[in-house]
Amino acid sequence: MAFDSLTEKLQNIFKNLRSKGRLTEDDVKEALKEIKRALLAADVNFKVVKDFVKSVQERAVGQDVMNGLNPGQMVIKIVNEELVKLMGSQTTEIKLQPGSAITVIMMAGLQGAGKTTTTAKLAGKFKLKGKKPLLAACDVYRPAAIKQLQVNGEKQGVEVFSMGENHKPANIAKAALEHAQKNGNNIVILDTAGRLHIDEDMMEELQEIKNTVTVHQTILVIDAMTGQDAVNVAKEFHEKAGIDGVIVTKLDGDTRGGAALSVKAVTGKPILYVGMGEKLSDLEQFYPDRMASRILGMGDVLTLIEKA
Amino acid sequence: GKTRDNIVSGMDSIFNGFSHIDDDFYEELEEVLIMGDLGVQATYDILDDLKGKVKAEHIKEPMQCRELLIESIKEQMDVGETAYEFEEKTSVVLVIGVNGVGKTTTIGKLAGKLKAQNKKVVLAAADTFRAAAGEQLKEWANRAQADLIGGQEGSDPASVVYDAVASAKARHADVLLCDTAGRLHNKKNLMEELKKMNRIIDREFPEAYRETLVVLDATTGQNAMQQAKEFNEVADITGIVLTKMDGTAKGGIAVAIHAELGIPVKYIGVGESIDDLQKFDADTFVRALFTTGDGEEGENS
Ligand SMILES: Nc1nc2c(ncn2[C@@H]2O[C@H](COP(=O)(O)OP(=O)(O)OP(=O)(O)O)[C@@H](O)[C@H]2O)c(=O)[nH]1
Ligand SMILES: Nc1nc2c(ncn2[C@@H]2O[C@H](COP(=O)(O)OP(=O)(O)OP(=O)(O)O)[C@@H](O)[C@H]2O)c(=O)[nH]1
Ligand SMILES: [Mg+2]
Ligand SMILES: [Mg+2]
Repeated sequence: MAFDSLTEKLQNIFKNLRSKGRLTEDDVKEALKEIKRALLAADVNFKVVKDFVKSVQERAVGQDVMNGLNPGQMVIKIVNEELVKLMGSQTTEIKLQPGSAITVIMMAGLQGAGKTTTTAKLAGKFKLKGKKPLLAACDVYRPAAIKQLQVNGEKQGVEVFSMGENHKPANIAKAALEHAQKNGNNIVILDTAGRLHIDEDMMEELQEIKNTVTVHQTILVIDAMTGQDAVNVAKEFHEKAGIDGVIVTKLDGDTRGGAALSVKAVTGKPILYVGMGEKLSDLEQFYPDRMASRILGMGDVLTLIEKA
Repeated sequence: GKTRDNIVSGMDSIFNGFSHIDDDFYEELEEVLIMGDLGVQATYDILDDLKGKVKAEHIKEPMQCRELLIESIKEQMDVGETAYEFEEKTSVVLVIGVNGVGKTTTIGKLAGKLKAQNKKVVLAAADTFRAAAGEQLKEWANRAQADLIGGQEGSDPASVVYDAVASAKARHADVLLCDTAGRLHNKKNLMEELKKMNRIIDREFPEAYRETLVVLDATTGQNAMQQAKEFNEVADITGIVLTKMDGTAKGGIAVAIHAELGIPVKYIGVGESIDDLQKFDADTFVRALFTTGDGEEGENS
């Protein structure tokens, strides 16, 4: 796998240099070339990589090499620490309204990212916590989108509110909120249609929903396999719809998931959960440190470093 | 000097912004190619090749580089002569790919295209896994006025394929389009399931022309290479459908995939309506790799 090769390459680079107590500029430069390659192979955005490599360079040059580490491991340790820092140093939960107030959550993202599935997954999580979620079918475009939400809602034992395909999503959201108020639901999750970040009308539609009901949490759902375009997507969704948090889906694949880093770098908003499968229970807490080693593709080295 | 922002705006500004070919120039080309999702390897290969040509042909002008680059990538992306033969034959088209890339929608669009050519089209709803997958395909069958052979949620997809083949034969259909559930290529059992569907088509309909399309989302980065490799292992892919090309992603990984696996892109998806499927055009594709990222100069807007 490509995963080990970064480690090997770094070992090779440093084998040729005399072992020293302190990282020199040349050491670090050589190593960062490989790191840069690894990050790009992981789909981290080119610009994010450039900035990142620069800041690591500044930090690493002149540092003492810790006991038990070789210079290569030392650079990786620094790279990893910086990555974790970039990704948000701790796990964040979706913020709910206090007391019995209703929390409205809006799901948004590109087509096929996993919004509808994640809506149902979230509902299950909230239900386990003793909440009474209501799912609102605000995708009036995709064929059978409503049915999909209904089937998933039923699997989760959670009510789904829909008004068919002939109403505006903003009006459906409003009616859903009224329904929730009457029926004692304390969380309303709006499943919206997939849309392109450059589709002005569709982006406006999200804004219209937010103008009609108070949305407490707007969540960007993004596919972990997304490439360089992740920054454009995140930036536009953030600017036009105001993102509060991110959920990264399909991390059960073998993608390195560099999009997660790009999205965090662009929006500054926390990654809340990760989707780890198609089953409605496959939603997991996000751990920045795990994500960092995944992106670097070097879990083993890190455990090695931690032990040193 | 150049600001970061107009670096994003791509090739045109690079060629215009440089008066001669130097390291900075190549570095910015690298950036454009990487940002287009070609990946590190394909990018370096292309640039090495370009550097070689620049030297050999004594090229001095950045603008000349532009044409060289476009031509060489275009050449690589050639679709081949027999690419669309299945449209003319009695054929079975198996559509596969990871989750949410646009398989079902592409089948709906393809069905519409074939119907417009007066073909008799049957759709097999062999995604029996995802919630409402059958209903979604049914809606597309209605739109395209194609026949649909369905299965219950949870039923064996291979048995749906079996039924659909029997029905396509009985009805003397021209083309049978099989929708399959999204599956990640690293899931062994789901990939085995694809093999099984494939075997059934081979066994039950050996006289049919076979077409196996893997659908890739243009927004996907380097993982698409892995997807193409793994699906090719189990199903002998004959072509790629690159969807969501109406967004800002360039789909450059398809260049790397063609270079490494020799699988051509045959169609691109440019929207969510039935007409939003186009035959792949290498020239438009390659030029789009090098045009601005603000969506205004894209050929589809
Ligand atoms: N393997 C895997 N598949 C997922 C995950 N999340 C969603 N999916 C699958 O991805 C596909 C798309 O999911 P949807 O929930 O329909 O996506 P969406 O964003 O609602 O799609 P649109 O409404 O069409 O924009 C489905 O096949 C889901 O089963 C995940 O974490 N892992
Ligand atoms: N903008 C755009 N959206 C597309 C395109 N093709 C498909 N979509 C959308 O992408 C989403 C997913 O499409 P599907 O056809 O359901 O994808 P799939 O691969 O069948 O998904 P699963 O069966 O869940 O794996 C839907 O919202 C489609 O409308 C395209 O070319 N452009
Ligand atoms: Mg949906
Ligand atoms: Mg489908």
